[in-house]
Amino acid sequence: MNRNDHKLDVEKILENLEDYVPRRRGWIWRKPIDHQKIGKFEYFDTSENLKKSVGLPASHAFDSIDPQPKAIITTEIASGRFEDDIRRMRMAAIHGADHMMVIRTAGQSHFDGLIEGTPQGVGGIPITRKQVRAQRKALDIIEDEVGRPINYHSYISGVAGPEIATMFVEEGVNGAHQDPQYNILYRNINMIRSFVDAAESKTIMAYGNLAQIDGAHNANATAVEAWKVTPELLVQHAINTAFSIACGIDRKNICLSTVPPTAPPAPSVRMDLPYAIALRELFSEVKMRAQMNTKYMESSTREATVTHTLNLLISQLTSADIQSTITPDEGRNVPWHIYNIEAIDTAKQVFAGLDGINQYLKIDRSNEKLNQEIRELKERAVLMMEEMIAVGGYFEAVSQGFFVDSGFYPQRNGDGIARKIDGGIGADTVYLRNADYFAPVTAHFGENHTEFYQFEDPSSIISGCTFEDHNKIIYIDELDESDNVYLRLKESEVYRSGSIVKPEMEWQGDGVILLTMFIPLSTDLAKAAAIQCAKQLNLLEVEVIHVEVMHPDEGTRVEVKGKVPFDIDVGLLKTEPKPEKLDEEVLKEAIRNRPFKIVSGTVGEDEHSVGLREIIDIKHGGIEKFGFECIYLGTSVALSKLVDAAIETSAEAILISTIISHDDVHYKNMKKLHDICVEKGVRDRLLLIAGGTQVTPQIARENGMDEGFGRKTKGQNVATFLVKHRKEGNG
Amino acid sequence: MKRHDDFQERRSSLINLTDEQLHERFWQLSQQLVDPMLELARQHTTPSIERSVLLRMGASSIEASSIVGFAIAHGVIGRGVGHCIIKVMNHYKLSLREAIEKCTDESFFTLNFKLGGVLYESK
Repeated sequence: MNRNDHKLDVEKILENLEDYVPRRRGWIWRKPIDHQKIGKFEYFDTSENLKKSVGLPASHAFDSIDPQPKAIITTEIASGRFEDDIRRMRMAAIHGADHMMVIRTAGQSHFDGLIEGTPQGVGGIPITRKQVRAQRKALDIIEDEVGRPINYHSYISGVAGPEIATMFVEEGVNGAHQDPQYNILYRNINMIRSFVDAAESKTIMAYGNLAQIDGAHNANATAVEAWKVTPELLVQHAINTAFSIACGIDRKNICLSTVPPTAPPAPSVRMDLPYAIALRELFSEVKMRAQMNTKYMESSTREATVTHTLNLLISQLTSADIQSTITPDEGRNVPWHIYNIEAIDTAKQVFAGLDGINQYLKIDRSNEKLNQEIRELKERAVLMMEEMIAVGGYFEAVSQGFFVDSGFYPQRNGDGIARKIDGGIGADTVYLRNADYFAPVTAHFGENHTEFYQFEDPSSIISGCTFEDHNKIIYIDELDESDNVYLRLKESEVYRSGSIVKPEMEWQGDGVILLTMFIPLSTDLAKAAAIQCAKQLNLLEVEVIHVEVMHPDEGTRVEVKGKVPFDIDVGLLKTEPKPEKLDEEVLKEAIRNRPFKIVSGTVGEDEHSVGLREIIDIKHGGIEKFGFECIYLGTSVALSKLVDAAIETSAEAILISTIISHDDVHYKNMKKLHDICVEKGVRDRLLLIAGGTQVTPQIARENGMDEGFGRKTKGQNVATFLVKHRKEGNG
Repeated sequence: MKRHDDFQERRSSLINLTDEQLHERFWQLSQQLVDPMLELARQHTTPSIERSVLLRMGASSIEASSIVGFAIAHGVIGRGVGHCIIKVMNHYKLSLREAIEKCTDESFFTLNFKLGGVLYESK
């Protein structure tokens, strides 16, 4: 069987794209279930289970349940190659993401029109009709696999907003960022142009029932001290929300992008909570898209994960309709596959862990300090809007640098982002509509003089526009012969054949691996030593991506990435066969017919007993259940004592548990047990078995065991081995 | 502009509002801020809006880009570029697709959209 048989066939997805028609338009929310039983537990904040999913690592200890939070879970994907992102989307979906947010390539905001074809991007992908079609088509397959609708999302901003919005509705894109303030403040696009375009874009989004996410969170990431822009954030949300409602967007599709502004070591939860509450109280009729903090992310994935966990706590204590996730490696590189999954799992894990907690924990809204802080934020926002009106309105306020000032409004530090009303990209490109202005299309904002024609519905003059008639869309495949998906796929073709493989972080065949090490040197020297280490391992393009002081003099933790210079032949790989499992009844009958006695204990200086008890005890489904007689000698048992006991009781097997693995002591003990048995002349009649979390079966066998059992072993696996390999002549 | 945090003085007008009144004030101010911008948007158009109209009419992105460029050059964007296509369609009794294709020819566009061209015919 080809090992790639069940992989998504990207080449096939690219076939017949000209004929693809999206299944649906618009956003789909999860269906929250107030109270449901999943496995052994009751849940109060979950939604429907997936048909197929990969649970958290510990889920195997909980009957492999995978509770899905009630919030939509977002993952942001932006490797620069949409064809590789498709596989990442499939991984993300099976872990629980149902909102695929595709980041655009650097510079697309300033591209005057639609980009076509499939050029490679930088820090994102060029959003084109072909790329959107291919990914939406792939998501149709992926949502069928997991059994939950998946929302596909990108950006409607820049100087081509209305065109992108049109293409998104035509192609079944389900959500988008749209906020003219983002254009103005962060992309220096002319403010008049941005608002005139936004009205059309939003009208189109309203028609297509797309969810809209605003851009206020960017102020957090830009401001010098992120927690001081909170009054302004309320104002930014208000402007985009009021403008959107006027353009016809349904409140249930208006999602405020909100980030807890602070991070530890600041007392972040206490500082972020009043803002989170003020926002939710003022905007009670719209949805919350809770984003995670990026402002204070460094290269430590651990630190980022903890900050994000605290962000999730705020989501749980207040509310989140969409929970966005930020990959913990965003502070070090363009996100890798594995970190998208880590971020999704972090959200899923925290929400599962906090499920129903709001029944026991309530925010004390009567606390005077909290109440005062919430009220103050609202008042500061109102004061800011009053002053904006006093100076002549939004445009004038922006030109005077009201926004992204580092002062806590009404404090002003004079360092805000000021833009000229008649300046920026696309200035002087706004034209007055004449008295006979006419646009014969659906979802058009503003004056439209249909009265000169007999039709009420403007698009009926052309018997329906592309929104009513999908066949009218002109699909362009490729424009650039030197930069397109087919050339890239050709390069990585060999890795899709199934015969060779390379490690991968972003793109098929990239060969990137990550090494983590401690080097007992100060930072600079440790970095140099780590690079040298990776080079001597023959890695290419070696780069230090994380450094953390363990002690200024004693040493440094260093993480290094590099590329392996070789391919691995999949045909030559040997895998450990899965432990066999005989049917329970078969096992019981075998032991009934021929009783079986074993001796067991945890060896070494080791007090762990849980693992072995799970293998033995009847109440844990251990081997006693099948009729084995088990003589358990306890923990820290001397090896010779086990052998003596086996001889005295005429046991047929010795089961040792060995958890501690420092300096390979677990394998040394196995070897010793074997040697003692040989010495006493009983090795031939005894089965020797070792188990433990760090036990690799093959290495256990090399150290004199008949078999080794690692993680996730069940009593049934051990019983099966004992019955099948029982020494003849015993018993 | 630099200003110290004079919140305590400024808030005097708000201090007696209930939370509900404060929320009302917040939304009333928001509306007041966006109203003039909405009015501006109702009365104006842009190259991107016009290209989006042409896309919806069944032009390719490349066609839309050329035609809107001609419309700006000839000062007719304010009439609506989709409107221009309809005029050509009606005048020459063409299909919509044919009218779009015709308009991508700059000399055709110039001929028809100069002063006294098809836009000045009724319907």
